[in-house]
Amino acid sequence: MRSERISGWILKAYLVVIFLFVFAPIIASVVFSFNSQRFPTIPLGSFSLEWYEKIFNDADVWTAARTSVIVALCTAVLSTCIGFATAYTDYRYQFRFKGAFLALALLPPTVPLIILALAMLAWFSKLGISGQISSIIFAHTVLCSPFAMAIIRLRLSQMDENLEAAAWNLGASQWATMRSVIVPFTRPAIIASFCLTAAVSFDEFAVAWFVSGLNKTIPVVILEIVQGNIDPQVNAIGTLVFVTSMTLVIIAQVLIMTSQKRDKIS
Amino acid sequence: MTQSDSTASNNRSSQRLYALTWRLPIIVWQLLFFIGPLLFLIAMSFFLVKNYRMHEAFEMVNWQKMFSRAYFKDAYVFTLGMAAGATVLCSLIAFPAAFALSFKVSENTRRWAIFFLIIPFFTSYLVRTFSWYVILSESGVVNSLLQFIGLGPYTMLNTVFGTMVGYLTLTLPLVIVLQTFSMSQIDKSYIEAAYNLGCGRLRTITSVIIPLAKTGLIIGAVFCFILAFGDFVSPYYLGGSKPPTLSILIIDTTKSGQQWPRAAVVAIVMMLTLFTVAFASIAYAYRKQQR
Repeated sequence: MRSERISGWILKAYLVVIFLFVFAPIIASVVFSFNSQRFPTIPLGSFSLEWYEKIFNDADVWTAARTSVIVALCTAVLSTCIGFATAYTDYRYQFRFKGAFLALALLPPTVPLIILALAMLAWFSKLGISGQISSIIFAHTVLCSPFAMAIIRLRLSQMDENLEAAAWNLGASQWATMRSVIVPFTRPAIIASFCLTAAVSFDEFAVAWFVSGLNKTIPVVILEIVQGNIDPQVNAIGTLVFVTSMTLVIIAQVLIMTSQKRDKIS
Repeated sequence: MTQSDSTASNNRSSQRLYALTWRLPIIVWQLLFFIGPLLFLIAMSFFLVKNYRMHEAFEMVNWQKMFSRAYFKDAYVFTLGMAAGATVLCSLIAFPAAFALSFKVSENTRRWAIFFLIIPFFTSYLVRTFSWYVILSESGVVNSLLQFIGLGPYTMLNTVFGTMVGYLTLTLPLVIVLQTFSMSQIDKSYIEAAYNLGCGRLRTITSVIIPLAKTGLIIGAVFCFILAFGDFVSPYYLGGSKPPTLSILIIDTTKSGQQWPRAAVVAIVMMLTLFTVAFASIAYAYRKQQR
């Protein structure tokens, strides 16, 4: 019994070490962003907003931020719509080739980004649509719709199967049922999917780097700064990006959790 | 046609329209922007480049050129070895953590832990890698700490160690989550039964827990392999691109050489390798489970 307890403590200490490893780079980046040293080390330098001032006065960063926001918003809308349609199809219908249909919908995350990036660059050039903001949006929607589908599908599986049929029996058309039963029920998941896909798009750099041409997004700017040398501006941009993504992820998580709880109560 | 017939057929066509509205978007989108590019990638590997311009053709020359180059074979072996190494290392490091999360903490703690492990997935991998670059550098945080106890400085950047740290940053959270999902679903009574039958703790892990969680462990490993095999950030920034991996080869050939067809050859070889590894491991995972 006593050795049981000791091994339990060792395992918990191990967990702490693992979490330290996972979060060390994130915490370090936030700390370094407020640090005066150009080559951050221990002992730390003094508190400084120098790097933030630098990026706020950098026109390129502002342009990239604008591009990133446009791409993230459009990607979130498109991939949430497509993800919803796909999730509903999977929930409601049985048909031939459904396996192939689902594979088509869910495969993109299993293909390395660098390969997709090359393939999309070549394909978009062939179609004459490369190097535009829309090309990044098209590409990001492919990457994000599987996530949207997964989140919304999960919510649909919590819905009472008879709910839809009951609405039909009461005389509602399919479209009316969709509008007044299914969409309201999945609304938390729809908003969660919107936030998460925006966060994924906001952070994606490989595909954006290849297809964006001159319309750089924030991660592409980071990639280019990093290629140069050590520049703590990256930490400042990274911290701002981190805060943005984190807000989106937390909103999504809270929505998913509270909607589950509310179902349990009602 | 009687009236009821016409309403019925009307109804049927509106049913069809309704179903297609939800089915078609993903099919159209993926064909245009996912399957299209991948098929074009295959076609492109047979194209020719003359005077820095690509010409549509059907020649084997890119394949022959790439397969006769020693650097391609070296990069392939190195990438495969690094990805396999990362997979083994990551699975081994993740296992005790997933074990602790599955059996040693409350359900509430587990839920929060998983939430915190999902967070890194949505934060910039580039920024995290850059952070490691600063932390691990010659005069960085780790070396300064080691100096206090009279060790170092060690060269950690531009080494295999640096690359592995990067790979683990990318894969460890995901692998722990996947392993935890499969292990926490094991019926606790099996474990008690094993104890009651006189199994030691280690024996319980090797002959009860691992076989029962096998599918999840293998899926975690497969994801780790896919991510490490395709990643270019860690081997480039933390490994110093010495030697280059296949993904770095793709970037170099595309960005500087304008040799898209040859980059396509590398990409296709990578895809074939990944599909082989993924299908073989998943088939293995499910075959054993059914017995």
